[in-house]
Amino acid sequence: MSRQHSTSEGRAARLGLIALALLFLGFFLVLPLLAVFSEALKQGLGAFIDAVKNPDALAAIRLTLLIAAISVPLNMVFGVAASWAITKFRFPGRNLLVTLIDLPFSVSPVVSGLIFVLLFGANGYLGPWLAAHGVKIIFAVPGIVLATVFITFPFVARELIPLMMEQGKDDEEAAISLGANGWQTFWHVTLPNIRWGLLYGVLLCNARAMGEFGAVSVVSGHIRGETNTMPLHVEILYNEYDFVGAFAVASLLAALALVTLVVKSLLEWRFDLHSGAKH
Amino acid sequence: MPTTTFRRPDWRAPSVLPGFGLTFGFTLAWLTLIVLIPLATIFLRSAGMGWHEFVAVGFSHRALAAYRLSFGTAAAAGLVNALFGLLVAWVLVRYSFPGKRVVSALVDLPFALPTAVAGIALTAIYAPTGWIGQYLEPLGIKVAFTPIGITIALVFIGLPFVVRSVEPVLADLGHDVEEAAATLGANRVQTFSQVIFPAIAPALVTGFALAFARGVGEYGSVIFISGNMPGKTEIAPLLIVTQLEQYAYAGATAIATVMMLVSFVILFGLNTWQAVRRRRLGA
Repeated sequence: MSRQHSTSEGRAARLGLIALALLFLGFFLVLPLLAVFSEALKQGLGAFIDAVKNPDALAAIRLTLLIAAISVPLNMVFGVAASWAITKFRFPGRNLLVTLIDLPFSVSPVVSGLIFVLLFGANGYLGPWLAAHGVKIIFAVPGIVLATVFITFPFVARELIPLMMEQGKDDEEAAISLGANGWQTFWHVTLPNIRWGLLYGVLLCNARAMGEFGAVSVVSGHIRGETNTMPLHVEILYNEYDFVGAFAVASLLAALALVTLVVKSLLEWRFDLHSGAKH
Repeated sequence: MPTTTFRRPDWRAPSVLPGFGLTFGFTLAWLTLIVLIPLATIFLRSAGMGWHEFVAVGFSHRALAAYRLSFGTAAAAGLVNALFGLLVAWVLVRYSFPGKRVVSALVDLPFALPTAVAGIALTAIYAPTGWIGQYLEPLGIKVAFTPIGITIALVFIGLPFVVRSVEPVLADLGHDVEEAAATLGANRVQTFSQVIFPAIAPALVTGFALAFARGVGEYGSVIFISGNMPGKTEIAPLLIVTQLEQYAYAGATAIATVMMLVSFVILFGLNTWQAVRRRRLGA
């Protein structure tokens, strides 16, 4: 089998490369994941459940769900609207618009929080006016929502734009020429075409919204039971040497990450979604 | 008055589809409110500072040490990822083995796992009493609370960028070029280094740059394992947070501006380079 040898590696080389890759992934990806669950259960299931049922932990879970429930739909609507404008019409500056939508990906999470402090904080441009009117944004829930929306801004749009670009606009034009109005066309033609891509984007957006740390940390003020999201609560418990508590809350986030990966993989296997380098 | 009504702005191509005004207007308004105006405040604040103050706080000794650390560890982690990311992509594209789908899904773990969770997990593993740290400690190798620990956290964060950049290019690479090389008498190493590698090198550079840019700004996974000693293991994003906590807004803004400019330059350079390459290949 000399042909086999010339365009592929020998059996030993193949196995060696596979083993090396798996070893690397084992050390860098699997081990941290195992560590989270192992540390969370170090003192038994009882300690784990107590840590999760702690009122501050429950408040953090509620706040994280609330933040995601506000910011994910906002970015979903934005992502669909932006993709419609960008893929169904041709206008100058279209590529620039795509670049601008991706901008939050290239900003450090800490800087993403800082910009809202500079805008709405006590020392910020709008700070004095907000204080005079009794509106609290920084160190309060609105600031956390703003930072989260900023961080997750591109997720839905960057999944939908390539997908809708590929699908073209023939289906929609046919619907319009048959007498459908804009909303009917969107609901009955476009949405069924993009629903799995949309779900994919929403899934990634949600994972990031619930897990964001840096940006939220800057704007939250870390008030226990009030402005502490789950990742921030993990940090506080960890810094207080409550390792079981920290890893218990962290294991919930790790479980969310695993569910996200499973659903994401199922979507990728079942539906031939546009795939490429993703954030 | 003319009898025709211009319902369509003449700066865009005609289309029978409705909704341009609504979706384009909403997109532009939301983008401006959430992204453009907040980002502009950084540059506005910096501009209001004056050059001397900006240099004094943005390039102080402490800030310079933080940049060196952030850029240095991000580059080191990017190189590790370029090597092992290529290996992982190669194994995933070229070979079949049991559990391959699970491995492939797992590569995206760093995108899905919250950074703070990764940070405390890595610290637990590499602390002197941790799973790996306890074996490194007697050898005199300290990982947690040193730049090595920071690099490990950034390897974790950056890996999927390289794998997902290289994978599609490697998969698209036809077997015919390799067969041609083999027919002409090349051995496997020659084929890889002279035929395959040049074809995937651009994707590898892209993956490295994305991982590097992400690593420079990374915060959550690093601060637990870094130890945060000013001048030694204090990364630039942490310095921004420290400055903010001390109400040193000028310092935080100047450092943030420097970091943002660097990552914009990297990504702009990358995009330009790719555009030039595409044009050259297309011509």
